[in-house]
Amino acid sequence: MAATSTRYILICSGKGGVGKTTLTANLGIALAKQGARTAVLDADFGLRNLDLLLGLENRIVYTAQEVLAETCRLEQALVKHKQEPNLALLPAGNPRMLEWLQPDDMRKIAAMLGEQFDYVLIDAPAGIEGGFKNAMAAAREAIVVTTPEVSAVRDADRVIGLLNSEGVKPIQLVLNRVRPKMMANQEMLGVSDVTDILALPLLGLVLEDEQVIVSTNRGEPLTLTGNSSPAGRAYTNVARRLQGEEIPVIDPSKERQGLRAKLGRLMQTKIF
Amino acid sequence: MTLRDVIDKLLGRQPASANTAKQRLQLVLAHDRSDLNPELLQQMRREILEVVSRYVEIDFEEGDVTLETGDRVTALVANLPIRRAKLPAPTPISEPTMESELSS
Repeated sequence: MAATSTRYILICSGKGGVGKTTLTANLGIALAKQGARTAVLDADFGLRNLDLLLGLENRIVYTAQEVLAETCRLEQALVKHKQEPNLALLPAGNPRMLEWLQPDDMRKIAAMLGEQFDYVLIDAPAGIEGGFKNAMAAAREAIVVTTPEVSAVRDADRVIGLLNSEGVKPIQLVLNRVRPKMMANQEMLGVSDVTDILALPLLGLVLEDEQVIVSTNRGEPLTLTGNSSPAGRAYTNVARRLQGEEIPVIDPSKERQGLRAKLGRLMQTKIF
Repeated sequence: MTLRDVIDKLLGRQPASANTAKQRLQLVLAHDRSDLNPELLQQMRREILEVVSRYVEIDFEEGDVTLETGDRVTALVANLPIRRAKLPAPTPISEPTMESELSS
């Protein structure tokens, strides 16, 4: 029997390159560290990358394809993380699977994972076509990732429309790659601009952080190494909020200290 | 208006881009969300003007039928300044503009 308490969470964005896979990897590790049995499912069959960000690319033997074809057991396909054994990856199958894969196949995989995990995180492909719809079928709730840029917000809005029509809820927002300085100068959409336009609650805010690139180079998510960089802290907090802890989201304008920041805030004061 | 806006204006600099981004997004999302293609919207606009102009004389130059969006709800907003009524009006029209809103 599937544990009824399993949470099936789709991580999606519409636009590519905004940080879906990075969030999935970091969130997976953070949840596992907090004691939750967590599976990450790479639903991006065309361009799989979750294995690479988790540093598991050399340990893949079977994939979702063999599990569906019943040529291997789920346990054989799952790649357990060495340092964080609460986390397992189910790798995406061959891109040719896209020709026949159906939403029901993804539901089947998710249900199998639900039998032994508390969280099933589904890394959706970019776009809103078949691949995305398959991934969405496996989810009950969703995290939409966006950056404060017009194209990313527009694409996120399309995805939210689809999630709403499929009855996926709750839908929460992670605002990624925020640059406090640009926001303070009003040269970047503000946090409330984005949350108002998309009408979603904010689950997390991640500052632009070079350490993210360093960590992907190594295949060690920031949440794994206990790196206290701004992005690492933000991802850990997203996991804790998912688990029900109440942690206030950081205010980007408070992230800047010193005289220049003070002057910047003075310049933004409404005078009439 | 903020201190920065004032300084920008005095120096003839372009205003900060975040507000422009927000306005452009709101406009494009109103269209995306309604799923109306521009042709259909144009046709609807023509027909609305046609119906309204049967009853009153409209200022076509100033008239506007647009989509607006807020909180994931899209509204069709018609702003049609009326010159005068066409039928023998019982009383002179005091209100120069008529505004109607249809929520989708």
